[in-house]
Amino acid sequence: MRSLPKIVRKEVKELLTPATLVPIIVIAILFGSLGGVFGGIEDTIAETPKIALINQDTGMLADVAMYIFNNSAEVVYNGDDVQEALNALDDAGGVSLFIIPSDFTSDIMDNRTGTIEVLWVMKGAGIMDSLPGASASSILLDVDHAISVTLIDHNLTDNASLILSPTQISETTIFKDKEMAGVSPSTIAGVMSQQSFVMPLIVLMVIIYAGSIVISSMGTEKENKTLETLLTMPVSRTSIVFGKLIGAAIVGLLMAIIYMLGMSFYFSSLMGSVSIDLAQYGMTLNILDYVLVGISLFAALVFALALCMILGIFTKNYKAAQTMTMPVTFLAIIPMFVTMFTDFDTLPMVAKVVVFAIPFSHPMIAMRSLMFDDYALVLSGIAYSTILALIVMFAAVTLFRKDILLTGRVSSSDKRSKYPLIALLQSLASKRRK
Amino acid sequence: MYAVEVNDLIKSYGSFQAIKGISFKVREGEVYGLIGPNGAGKTTTLRVLSTLLEVTAGSVKIQGIDLREEPEEVRKVISYLPEDAGAYKHLKGREYLMFIAQFFAEGKKAEELVARGLEVADLGERIDDKVETYSKGMARRLLVARALMIKPKLAILDELTSGLDVINAQEIRKTVKRYASQGTTMLLSSHNMLEVELLCDRIALINDGRIVAEGTPSELKERYGAQNIEEVFVKVVQQ
Repeated sequence: MRSLPKIVRKEVKELLTPATLVPIIVIAILFGSLGGVFGGIEDTIAETPKIALINQDTGMLADVAMYIFNNSAEVVYNGDDVQEALNALDDAGGVSLFIIPSDFTSDIMDNRTGTIEVLWVMKGAGIMDSLPGASASSILLDVDHAISVTLIDHNLTDNASLILSPTQISETTIFKDKEMAGVSPSTIAGVMSQQSFVMPLIVLMVIIYAGSIVISSMGTEKENKTLETLLTMPVSRTSIVFGKLIGAAIVGLLMAIIYMLGMSFYFSSLMGSVSIDLAQYGMTLNILDYVLVGISLFAALVFALALCMILGIFTKNYKAAQTMTMPVTFLAIIPMFVTMFTDFDTLPMVAKVVVFAIPFSHPMIAMRSLMFDDYALVLSGIAYSTILALIVMFAAVTLFRKDILLTGRVSSSDKRSKYPLIALLQSLASKRRK
Repeated sequence: MYAVEVNDLIKSYGSFQAIKGISFKVREGEVYGLIGPNGAGKTTTLRVLSTLLEVTAGSVKIQGIDLREEPEEVRKVISYLPEDAGAYKHLKGREYLMFIAQFFAEGKKAEELVARGLEVADLGERIDDKVETYSKGMARRLLVARALMIKPKLAILDELTSGLDVINAQEIRKTVKRYASQGTTMLLSSHNMLEVELLCDRIALINDGRIVAEGTPSELKERYGAQNIEEVFVKVVQQ
């Protein structure tokens, strides 16, 4: 057993490499961020909601309702103009305007349910965006309860059903300049979550599958020593690069289609109870929109594959190739979580820049953006992703002509060899200067 | 015209020079051998001539084509067999030969190349088995067949019979001789001095990135008063 420590030391040294450590660290950071997101959900729910009030009724039950509203929320507007109320909400970051109509008290006194009109201002379709509304809507339950108590205390009615449920709401949601009567933000968020979840997952899967195919292909060629033969054949480097990219893209897309079919069945079974049709509010995609989503996905895929090809150039064997997909996966996971939990439009400016800079974000947010006719965001995303994909492809083809493809390094005896990409860029720059 | 003309070739990796200005010429149809100790620069030289590595300085012409200017034209006239080359394991031997042949010819001509490859590989019924089931010797014979079946103007063979038994090695040497007599120029490297002596018309001894001796086997033996090339090698390296 005296040799045991030596063997353990050797094993640990062999297994504890940057390639194994970095992914674990990044995953830990990601889970930490997720913890922050869920902590944020609790904070948002616990926050006092900001509301606007318009009371058109002078009856006693309206006073009861107003008392509850004033004591349960931060009232940012109390007047009689809807537009002013909406402006005040916008300034304060509130999401709900409650209107008590003039016949509220008289309806209840006449044994009819009193109606409270609610105007929801929905800022985004992410899970996080529907939380302030959920918090505000809980006040309505308190109002209902308080009126029940008032009816009993003052013996105003003997209608048991009315006592148990004296109020109802008539809600309208305003989302990105579209008014949707009779629909709550949570219903819209529920319907839109199909896009929020399915599209990012598809993009992530395509990128992981196709990317790992490219990197593994390079790792296998190097491990099996077939790359050198291929490189000395009468075939251009560009053809080899494009052959590998197209092959991986076809297989990746095929896998994505299979995956998409499964996911759409899964989500359609989950969404069966949601009964609104977004098309009646003009929130539907036409053929052009689907083409744009396809182009956006294609540009992101080409970028991913070219990036993976560059990573594959540094791969020495199949085993190393497996960990090389990690950077690309992380790049795809960031916008996936962002689009699942929140809306691009409601992000802080810095986060917007970061999300926009990642080409994988664009197909993830394209469907929702096109539903609200935000063509500028989608087209600029496509243009950006295409330019970036072309640059990365050019870099991949250039690297394929360099020694680095076989040696995995630019220089062998100086310290620059530790940083092959930097050394390569330096050598390219010095050649250009000459 | 020479099949290979190398003038003052330098190959550097950063500040490290693997090849320090070598020059040699190989005549058409000649079998030319590079020998030297490990790390002398033999494989690096062959990799540069195969267009795999960039030339740092100097000039290389293959069949009169400037390697730095037209590497893609060079690839049309060469065939390179790396020392530890592999074949695509998911393919059968015959499929692998066809895959390679299709880069050089189409249709019936490609089939003719494959027929020639089958003859060189001489794997019998095993040619229709997957490459992953081949022994090292069978895989090497398939790869030699791949390199020679296209009848390249220049075959660059790194450690031709590496890892092969005596019988297999002798068969492959005979094949190389036969193709050389049919006009293919052979540039090879080897640690096997007997093989070099048997195969090569001329030999260059490389040590520390420089050619330190060049000539026919008999010239070298006479110059160094040696019985065989192995003795020449030892004397040159120890100088």
